[in-house]
Amino acid sequence: MDFSLNEIQTMLADSIEKFIENDYDFESRQKYSDSDAGYSTDVWQTFAELGWTAVPFSEEDGGFDGGPVDVMVVMERFGRGLVVEPYLANIMLTGGILKRVATPEQKERWLQPMIAGELQTALAFLEPQARYDLANVATSASADGDAWILNGSKGYVLNGRNAALIVVPARTSGEQTDQDGITLFAVDASADGVSITDYATIDGQQAAEVHFKDVQVDAAAVLGDIGSGFAAFDAAVDDATLAVCSEAVGIMHILRDKTVEYSKNRMQFGVPIGSFQALQHRMVDMLTDCEQSQSLLMWAAMLNAEDSPDAKRAISSIKYQVGISGRKVGEEAVQIHGGMGVTWELDIAHYFKRLTAIGQIFGNADWHLDKLAA
Amino acid sequence: MNVTFTDDELAFREEVRAFFQDKSFDEVRDKQLSGIPLKKDDYIQYQKRLNEQGWAGVNWPTEYGGTGWSAVQKYIFMTEAAKAHAPEIIAFGLNMVGPVIYTFGNDEQKQRFLPDILESNVWWCQGYSEPGAGSDLASLKTRADLAGDHYIVNGTKTWTTLGQHADWIFLLARTNRDVARRQEGISFMLADMNTPGISVKPIITLDGEHEVNEIHFEDVKISVDNLIGEEGKGWTYGKLLLQHERTNIAGAARSDVRLKRIRTQASESIRGAVPLAEDNNFMRKIAALEVELKALEYTQLRTLAAVASGKAPGPESSILKIKGTEIQQEIDTLHMEAAAYYALPFVQDQYVADYSGEHVGAGAETQTSLRYFNFRKASIYGGSNEIQKNIIAKHVLGL
Repeated sequence: MDFSLNEIQTMLADSIEKFIENDYDFESRQKYSDSDAGYSTDVWQTFAELGWTAVPFSEEDGGFDGGPVDVMVVMERFGRGLVVEPYLANIMLTGGILKRVATPEQKERWLQPMIAGELQTALAFLEPQARYDLANVATSASADGDAWILNGSKGYVLNGRNAALIVVPARTSGEQTDQDGITLFAVDASADGVSITDYATIDGQQAAEVHFKDVQVDAAAVLGDIGSGFAAFDAAVDDATLAVCSEAVGIMHILRDKTVEYSKNRMQFGVPIGSFQALQHRMVDMLTDCEQSQSLLMWAAMLNAEDSPDAKRAISSIKYQVGISGRKVGEEAVQIHGGMGVTWELDIAHYFKRLTAIGQIFGNADWHLDKLAA
Repeated sequence: MNVTFTDDELAFREEVRAFFQDKSFDEVRDKQLSGIPLKKDDYIQYQKRLNEQGWAGVNWPTEYGGTGWSAVQKYIFMTEAAKAHAPEIIAFGLNMVGPVIYTFGNDEQKQRFLPDILESNVWWCQGYSEPGAGSDLASLKTRADLAGDHYIVNGTKTWTTLGQHADWIFLLARTNRDVARRQEGISFMLADMNTPGISVKPIITLDGEHEVNEIHFEDVKISVDNLIGEEGKGWTYGKLLLQHERTNIAGAARSDVRLKRIRTQASESIRGAVPLAEDNNFMRKIAALEVELKALEYTQLRTLAAVASGKAPGPESSILKIKGTEIQQEIDTLHMEAAAYYALPFVQDQYVADYSGEHVGAGAETQTSLRYFNFRKASIYGGSNEIQKNIIAKHVLGL
């Protein structure tokens, strides 16, 4: 039994921590978030050069051969740094699909450039009517000779502003909520009939509504087998879910640390507010939420790493926990920071907003609790 | 990062499982499962059985006859004991005063007391709290005045669990009132419960049970030979005792067994009713608790792993008592909710092995409310959960 990181993971953790500390302060983060792309292309290039974009891919695919625990190490630190670079969209989501079902030619065309930081991508995992049901896919793909014609709409396409490649789950057969009959297509974002409305999201990131009107896609752009794309789609989203939970736990730890620190320095009534028992107990509750979440995260990452049959349940458990605890820790951090906590100026609010966003995606706490109750 | 056990640990787990599968545990297991309260003899028999196996001193070092087990082995033992519905070890001798005696006692005291503790020949009870000193233990008033080769002890101890069975008591008493800090001047001593001047008065708790007592000391003579360690240093010794078993206090293994039982029961139809498993609200509560408990289990494992690798337990360990007792109490609530009306009959007399009247309620349904009432104590004893939060705020968060 061992909960410590191995040598490679420790090095990875150290190098990311150093980078955040030296090159990614809150002001820079805000600047990147406000830029046209919504992230820094230089920083992204650095991630690629340092090998961080290669973490969850096999050596064969040009990766680092890492697993869920390595991704956890990366994402916890990205959480602490409130990183806005599109790691989730590229590496976890599109990457999660490509590594599972793409042919060697397709990997060479899309996966390798993505890992190298040269290709921006997105996975259109959500349909506007679907809430949290991944299988609810109304976007249709109909055969037209060797090609396919796509029609439909996708919402909240993360990195939709920058993506040159959009992976689109579309229905080739079956009813609207069937898991069978979903096929994955690699669509050129500049193809005729693709229209993209991008927007900023509350957490300083960016996404887009993407519409497909008679978009023609050739056969070489089909990822995996016709009609059986759901398994890879679902697995990629599971990995991504665990990744955002790791990010959330990183954020929770830093919010707790910053709040405790603030309470030691903020004087009211002639004493530090941290001397008030009413606040002390609330900060202890924050600690409890952080540690309980950390424990579940490690459990889920380990189960996922060994492809355990319980991994899905474990991922639902941590996503539920992060939904509940993340909200609590975020709200308490703001509350204990008082008026300063509700300003745009302080990083606290931005950590809180990212936690809130994580709570809203890939199934909220209620959604996952229902899965666990069944 | 992994949670796999080594081959040796797996072999040990098999050994423990085999031990608890022995037929000699059937009777006590059946009692546990059918809600028949255990008697003093049940506990003593169980602990003697453990001792024959060399497993009574779970936390003790081998030089005093203990198991010398690693943190992981202790965890395995606790988990298997819970799964087997074995009784809990009565803590006062084996887990509380024993470690204080082998850590701070002199050789004569070790020889005199430790064997009887291991063999469960002597039933110990704890004299800490007082009517005026609960969470604020340092304000205790019981005084021990030195008179030649003995102390004269006067005062009252309270909440003394199972003190009605006790042969001996360990207590904290004030030997010096002229001190700079209230924690100084307190001494740790041992007394035979038959000593003239000691009287035991039952306290009936809200579930109608006689579990705790008030112990009065009136001019009780306690020999200086029964003082542990140095006079006036009792606070330090007593604190060690409270910190002992920090990792086991969470009771995660017992809670896990009880929660799994609720899931099973929810799938069954009782009295022809629709199974509770059809009630999504109820199942969501079970699921939420399962998540909390899994988190607790891993928080406990993280603590164990830190201890096993020679590190001090990190901040994660400090939350075990709070979270562990909260979860216990939530499980109690679920059991009571599941019983609905049948949580209400107050029919303790029927829980005996040879009861011949009509058994009211299915299984131990009517005990669910009593357990709920009784276990309000969990967030109060061992330093109330609010006191735990004070400690964490000070020592972990540095506030």
